[in-house]
Amino acid sequence: MSLFKTIETGLSSLLGHRLRSVLTTLGILFGVAAVIATVGIGQASSDSVTARITSLGTNLLTITAGSSVSAGVFGGAGSANTLSMSDVQGLQDQQSAPDIAAVAPVSQGRATLVDGSTNWSTTVSGSTDGWLVTNTRTLGSGTFFNANDVATRTQVIVLGATTAANLGAGVGDIVLVKQIPFQVIGVLAPAGSQGFGNQDDLAVVPFTTAQDELFGGGVQRILLSATSASTIGSAYLEANQILLQTHHITNPSQADFTITTQTQVLSTAQAVTQTLTILLASVAAISLLVGGIGVMNIMLVSVTERTSEIGLRKALGATPLDLFRQFVIEAGMLTALGGLLGVATGLAVGYVVPRAANIAVHITPLPVFVAVGVAVAVGLVFGVYPALRAARLAPIEALRAQ
Amino acid sequence: MASSDELIHLESITKVYGAGDGAVAALQDFTLTVATGESLAVMGPSGSGKSTLMNILGCLDTPTSGRYWFAGQDVSRLNETELAHVRNRRIGFVFQQFQLLPKLSAWRNVELPLLYRNVRDRRSLALQALESVGLSNRVDHRPSQLSGGQQQRVAIARALVTNPDLILADEPTGNLDTASSRDVLAVIRELNEQGRTIIIITHDPEVAPVAKRTVHVRDGRLVEQVAA
Repeated sequence: MSLFKTIETGLSSLLGHRLRSVLTTLGILFGVAAVIATVGIGQASSDSVTARITSLGTNLLTITAGSSVSAGVFGGAGSANTLSMSDVQGLQDQQSAPDIAAVAPVSQGRATLVDGSTNWSTTVSGSTDGWLVTNTRTLGSGTFFNANDVATRTQVIVLGATTAANLGAGVGDIVLVKQIPFQVIGVLAPAGSQGFGNQDDLAVVPFTTAQDELFGGGVQRILLSATSASTIGSAYLEANQILLQTHHITNPSQADFTITTQTQVLSTAQAVTQTLTILLASVAAISLLVGGIGVMNIMLVSVTERTSEIGLRKALGATPLDLFRQFVIEAGMLTALGGLLGVATGLAVGYVVPRAANIAVHITPLPVFVAVGVAVAVGLVFGVYPALRAARLAPIEALRAQ
Repeated sequence: MASSDELIHLESITKVYGAGDGAVAALQDFTLTVATGESLAVMGPSGSGKSTLMNILGCLDTPTSGRYWFAGQDVSRLNETELAHVRNRRIGFVFQQFQLLPKLSAWRNVELPLLYRNVRDRRSLALQALESVGLSNRVDHRPSQLSGGQQQRVAIARALVTNPDLILADEPTGNLDTASSRDVLAVIRELNEQGRTIIIITHDPEVAPVAKRTVHVRDGRLVEQVAA
């Protein structure tokens, strides 16, 4: 039987059982649409995480105080106060660290800010004039404190946009932090709420003022900014070398500090979103598999129902191969149709969801082709067994079934 | 061995169903020869083995032992695909239940065997066959729109369309009333008069006289041959 005629016969048989064909197709449709939509959502969230982290500045390095060792027991990272202002000064040395553009120590804690009758609790960081550069932030209004403010322990404060708005404070106002008056000298330009936590809800004061008046303690973190994204590697090595020297550590594996780059954070975050995407896509793939089992089920019903037709066709000269082809092609047509409608549905979801639910969906061609390919393959694989049953039916027995 | 005017030669055919203690021999040491152009009625009560004989004659099943020559070719050891080709090219079947596909029109039903041999002009061949059974005015009717006698004539047209060596009819009038039976038997007789070899399997003594020769089957054996 010619391929064209086989397809025509299959088509008329599928049209003969319209409801059944539609329901079977739905199983594949949802499977394919689910794969496309979930991978699209995963892709979009991966994109946005990458964008958020990149916006923090890819040439940022963070030094955190290393683990404390007491009686051979290692505490967690940051459990020891091993960083100091002399480290900061060492890192600022242009000769031994030519690839480090800016350095900013950070010591932070939560505090309640009071402006007249309003109060607002936020994160207050003590830092130096390098804070603005290392965090790639800009001012919306006013100025940032300078090295002199840090040296003279000036009681000035720079607010994040959200914090300023919530306090109703502007440049020139006085706010109280732990009962101590600070003059607002600047408000940061909004960075958008895209970050881990709100980057616009914070306050920065000179490091020395924070040390003496607010939190005490030492340097919790040191932020470094490499001269460019391509010099991160050498900046890393320079910082490592300087700190090992100033901390008098000869064995690098016993370093009491940790340097992380933004690239490391980025790859970790990407690995996390990728894992989530794979997880979601596997759930969707399982629904595709279930759809395939539906196809097999309906093809088995079809073979049983059409036993006498199969017997007649055999008596009239259809070979086992003819019948095998007939049923495999019918199953393939069901899943191919389901696959194509699934693509349409998946694309529709990709269009509607971002507009209706504010969830980003980024559909790439690869999952679309893979999903359709898998759907058709599923149909062919699950169509094989029913088709073999049809091909193997003995013509006499098949004819007898009326 | 088969001579040239023998269309069918069965030699010591045995067909056993099942195995071990449950084994049943439906045909035993069955020998039969049918010449080209002959018409033969095979009679016997149910359970006599005549259905088994029909399956073997129609190449729908293979014998357990013995030889079957069809037009000089040993078909008793062919595989399923080869048997399908023999059925398609050389044998036309007429069944008691007509076995027409309900969703296809008369000519689409007649066309079916031609689909499995990739013939062109299928429609004109099918129309020709329908004309030869007197149904030129019913070609686009569905089986449900035809009487029993007309349906069986469509089935005969389907058997004829491939121009086979043998027409094998299994109780062709079993589902028909007397008038339709007479109609259908007349068509079959006419085919034989045109030189077509016919074998009719039946238990009905009124059908057998259509054939020039009648054989009886009982308990899987040939019991008597009657020349009409």
